[in-house]
Amino acid sequence: MPRLPITKTPKVYVGGAFLRSESSRVYPVKDAAGNFFANIPQCTRKDLRNAVEAAAKAGPGWAKRTAYNRGQIIYRLGEMLEARAGELAAAIRLGGASKAAAAKEVAATVDRLIYYAGWADKYEQVLGNVNPVAAPYFNFTVTEPMGIVGVIAPDEAPLLALLTLLAPALTSGNTVVALASTTQPYPAIVLGEMLATSDLPGGVVNLLTGFRKELVPTFATHTHLRAIAAVANADERKALAVGAADSVKRTHFIKAEEKHGWFADPAQSLYAIRDFLEFKTTWHPIGA
Amino acid sequence: MALLKTLPKAHARPGRPAPELIFGELWEYDPAPESADPKLKPRYELFINGEFVAPKSGKYFDSINPANEQKLAEIALAGAADVDAACQAAQRAFDQVWSRLPGRERAKYLFRIARLLQDRAREFAVAETMDGGKPIRESRDFDVPMAAAHFFYHAGWADKLDYVAPGRRVAPLGVVAQVIPWNFPLLMLAWKIAPALAMGNCVVLKPAETTSITALKLAEIFQDAGLPPGVVNFVAGAGETGAALVNHPIPAKVAFTGSTVVGKLIMRSLAGSDKKMTMELGGKAANIVFDDAPIDQAVEGIINGIFFNQGHVCCAGSRLLVHEPVAATVLAKLKNRIKVLRVGDPLDKNTDIGAINSKEQLGKITELVASGVKEGAEMFQPACKLPAKGWYFRPTVFSKVTMSHRIAREEIFGPVLSVLTFRTVDEAVEKANNTAYGLSAGVWTDKGSRILKMSTELKAGVVWANTYNKFDPTSPFGGYKESGFGREGGRQGLLDYCRLI
Repeated sequence: MPRLPITKTPKVYVGGAFLRSESSRVYPVKDAAGNFFANIPQCTRKDLRNAVEAAAKAGPGWAKRTAYNRGQIIYRLGEMLEARAGELAAAIRLGGASKAAAAKEVAATVDRLIYYAGWADKYEQVLGNVNPVAAPYFNFTVTEPMGIVGVIAPDEAPLLALLTLLAPALTSGNTVVALASTTQPYPAIVLGEMLATSDLPGGVVNLLTGFRKELVPTFATHTHLRAIAAVANADERKALAVGAADSVKRTHFIKAEEKHGWFADPAQSLYAIRDFLEFKTTWHPIGA
Repeated sequence: MALLKTLPKAHARPGRPAPELIFGELWEYDPAPESADPKLKPRYELFINGEFVAPKSGKYFDSINPANEQKLAEIALAGAADVDAACQAAQRAFDQVWSRLPGRERAKYLFRIARLLQDRAREFAVAETMDGGKPIRESRDFDVPMAAAHFFYHAGWADKLDYVAPGRRVAPLGVVAQVIPWNFPLLMLAWKIAPALAMGNCVVLKPAETTSITALKLAEIFQDAGLPPGVVNFVAGAGETGAALVNHPIPAKVAFTGSTVVGKLIMRSLAGSDKKMTMELGGKAANIVFDDAPIDQAVEGIINGIFFNQGHVCCAGSRLLVHEPVAATVLAKLKNRIKVLRVGDPLDKNTDIGAINSKEQLGKITELVASGVKEGAEMFQPACKLPAKGWYFRPTVFSKVTMSHRIAREEIFGPVLSVLTFRTVDEAVEKANNTAYGLSAGVWTDKGSRILKMSTELKAGVVWANTYNKFDPTSPFGGYKESGFGREGGRQGLLDYCRLI
């Protein structure tokens, strides 16, 4: 008699813990063949607010890590993904991707993490500078993370796109609250387990699953989210931008209706890190 | 050294008041008015496509000298049709001329503008002071030279844009809509126009309705410099003109400096469009004085921080956070210093605090100051004489202010300082950051490591350590949080006027 396998109850990774929605709501996802696969947490506005709170707690500590340390931790996350590449590929294949396509997406995702891991202790040297002011002052411009960044990921390339959106913010010491693809949430569930076993402190990356319609309005208006990186359609972009105005939130949109080259090199950039940085300029007199 | 230590510190003895400067009472200053001719025209038209043109509406509004409430000139009011003509002219100039010019040629125009402005610096300074009310000392020594410096600095970038964004190439956005405030009319204009042009964009700019004159005078310099028609266009008017400009379909970007309230309105009205934005909005900066600070220098810095330009400064050090051990000393010295500030005719070279920019602004300041008194803060104002005509406000210091008072939370944009105290570094940071704003901050301490710690902890785009209100074209300026986004000045500022390719 064949052994009945133990199936996993998917949970979201928030504040370093694995949680179900506070509402206990779930929605079913199916595998590529159309069979029931699992029930996914259908997170609520309250879940989003809790995740923001977790990110706020983790923020100062993460931002204060040395750049070298952040780089090593992101590299370690890459190691975790590489080691469990098969599991991630299987999660991607639930959405119908071929074996080769899923393996390619996982590989691209790991490479993207390694790319940003290497930037962690370099972007400051490229983006900041000393300014030759016309007076006896030492004047320098450095970068700082913005704070908590809200990420809204697309259905296409559910793992790669999610990481491509959150990794640059993470690299510079921001914390992230991300909404995974609604139709293909399972790769994000698996990713959460890898975040937990990397050295990333709990609360630095928080992954939610659920329905965009329910969560986009709160992403738009939550004042503690200082920036938004979203793949969004025209209506969502407008809603996010209107909400963002209330707290002068920074928004970076990728149009959902246009094809985006997630796999191509331009999808990763120093300037994606810059999008989630503030520039601070300090003046000090030069004298005895 | 030993001798110095044994000298009696009379003023430090408890119970004895600090010595006071009393010459302000004894000596009358003779008036010392700046007499250069501002060369004002009775009427200023719009500047569109390289020419001064009458507004299609035929409407004009008065520009008033806030120092004496007299009419200086009448200014053409741009309606939607004028804004459209300006945007069309800018787009034509971008397509046909400006975007095709090599950077080194664009640079030469900007260098020329800088030089021609330096040539006419005194004339512009007088015009700026008459139109806006700021002391001539400031417009002469700061606003106008700094405006010229911005053109000169950015000129040199125009043919070096490959160095702005390492690893990428940059391209101009096209037409940029710019809306600027009345506190630094010419300087804000230079901050906005110079980087935009250096990057290869064309501009439609709306000056503030109370201070349009120096913009339209600068248009004369653009003509003298031979700047191709349409590269820069000026449309004057109030909020309606601004709304027509930022919502016009042509501009690819909106750069706004002004209040947070209006900034949010613009953000909402542009939601769903693909226009880029930079926002330089309000502030409520903390100026933090520790007990080891050089107190006399700090007092000068506090004065400069809040009374520079009548406090009409978005980065004004309007919240003084003073370490408790020196709070009484600092407050006493501050009051003495304020007693000798000269409030009056902005054109007088001895004037420290000039006229409030408009009657409306005077009303706002008066209302907020009344709220400070009502909410229980202790107000100090020196007994200085104010001119009979014009809009003036005495330099004002509130002590016993708490974080919940309106005067500690809202931007007053006037010569009003709120004094709060703290005991520990952490408390100073907490109080300084406890605001929706994040434009600037000041730190006064003798300890280098503390300066760097404070600079790291303060959520503000500019931190002045043992100085305040310093600006330079090479130094990026702009805020965190609700003080806006984007930077102006330096390499960082240039990047906000291009797209990466």
